[in-house]
Amino acid sequence: MGNLTLGKAIITLIMALLGIVFLLPFIWMLSASLKPEADVFKYPIEWIPQTLRASFNYHSVWFGKANFTLYYWNSIKVTALTTLLSVGVSSMAAYGFTKIRFPGRNALFVLVLATYMIPAEATLVPLFIIFRSTGLYDTHLGLILLGGFSVLGTFLLRQFFASLSNEYIESAQIDGAGHLRIFTFILFPLVRPAIATYAILRFIWTWNDFQTPLVFLNSKTLYTLQLGMNAFADRNGAFYSLIMAASVSAIVPLLIVFILGQKQVIEGISLGGVKG
Amino acid sequence: MGYLFTGPMLLGVLVFTLIPMIFSFVLSFTKWSFVTGFDKIRFNGFDNFRQLLQDEVFLKSLGNNFIMLLAVPAGMGIALILAVIITSHVYAPGAFKVIYFMPQISSVVAVAVVWQVLFHPSYGPVNGFLSALGVDNPPKWLADPSYALPSVMLLMIWIDLGVSLIIYIAGIKNIPADLYEAATIDGASKLAQFRSITFPLLTPTTFFLLVTGIIGNFKSFALVKVLTDGGPAHSTSVVVYDMYQTAFVDLQTGYASSMVMILFVIVLAITGLQWLGQRYWVNY
Repeated sequence: MGNLTLGKAIITLIMALLGIVFLLPFIWMLSASLKPEADVFKYPIEWIPQTLRASFNYHSVWFGKANFTLYYWNSIKVTALTTLLSVGVSSMAAYGFTKIRFPGRNALFVLVLATYMIPAEATLVPLFIIFRSTGLYDTHLGLILLGGFSVLGTFLLRQFFASLSNEYIESAQIDGAGHLRIFTFILFPLVRPAIATYAILRFIWTWNDFQTPLVFLNSKTLYTLQLGMNAFADRNGAFYSLIMAASVSAIVPLLIVFILGQKQVIEGISLGGVKG
Repeated sequence: MGYLFTGPMLLGVLVFTLIPMIFSFVLSFTKWSFVTGFDKIRFNGFDNFRQLLQDEVFLKSLGNNFIMLLAVPAGMGIALILAVIITSHVYAPGAFKVIYFMPQISSVVAVAVVWQVLFHPSYGPVNGFLSALGVDNPPKWLADPSYALPSVMLLMIWIDLGVSLIIYIAGIKNIPADLYEAATIDGASKLAQFRSITFPLLTPTTFFLLVTGIIGNFKSFALVKVLTDGGPAHSTSVVVYDMYQTAFVDLQTGYASSMVMILFVIVLAITGLQWLGQRYWVNY
């Protein structure tokens, strides 16, 4: 056994080294964000900055001319509302498709299933035209509605609702509760872990979404962080320390959400095998 | 009551997916720019599709999409090896899952910007390292038409590795442990066990990752847009990128819709082919 554990320790060490190489871009990004611009491209790389300029770099990003705080706020708003709407719509649909019998239920579910094969990219152009003629173009509401009605959540949550025993519903119905009551007060709390999983995934995807805001937003004041970051990087092309400080700032909320909900994210990915 | 619960989702599907899809289909047979107003829509039959077959940028983008597909099995292979190592041969497997998932949770814009700098031809750290190793003319990476696409593919593998890894780990955990015990008693080596237990029992996972990976690959846009803007010389352009340019920069709505239809048919065909082909190699 002693031999085996030694082998395991050696493999862990090798894997850890590989892991560090894998993470080098992030380490470089963090390190560059703390340095004066002149040191960013010094070779050999100063992984631990000799001169620190962290507070200047981060201060210029956050309180400079770039409107970074506004983009951040826009992203928080859009992401939070999209996640809320999506969780509500998807969990209701999941409940409806698993726990209520009604005519046409299976056909309608197959229809929803079929639309899942349509790539979102295929509807960008017509949606753009529809949004322009309905006033949803260049609004946060448009983004929130688009993200909130994604089919993926219904699939993920449906599995969980289906696994809940119907006895809960039957006994509640005998006590005189309607579906609305059962859904809100009995089943919703029971599927809370599944809801958390989907909510975290939706949060990460929405926060990182670049394509939808790019197509459906025009006004700079409405930009989400991803668009803002891109504009910021273009404008500050020569100031890599600032760009890296902005990149670090953009990743921090996701890192926090991921670390807090790590178990849920990993479970959700492995269960549904999902992405996007 | 059922309609009340499923209604919002059904309405969303109708308004945000089905109607746009039909609209897109109709537009693909027109010559139209959305700026000119609906009364200027002119039907031109299959002209757009005929034109696409001679459109060099489009064909280049489509070709790039197919080359990029190589990143899918390559990434899956790496993910499978890492998944086997992480599930049974290391301490603190949870930490490794987090490490390899990092690029996936980081915004593609931030990641693309970092790699632009790392790959910078003259003062990027990657070439700094190569020069220090004595490489005289290191590649110009994203600035060189022959290295740009492989560089983008490398980043795709790096970004998506975490997802395949986690799904493979979940698959491996579902394999009954007594199969390995029996094999060990029979004296099968670790490699033999991988070949005759792990790999065959993971074929449904592999199949799933392949289908979703290929479809995801065809839809790649954000990375290309931020990292290279399709360049240099269209060497990293892909169908969705070309479609975006045609629709929103060149304002050719009808023509872009035809590209969308081709993309849709390809995605559908890949899914269908895989579905038909799976029974020859997938063990359920």
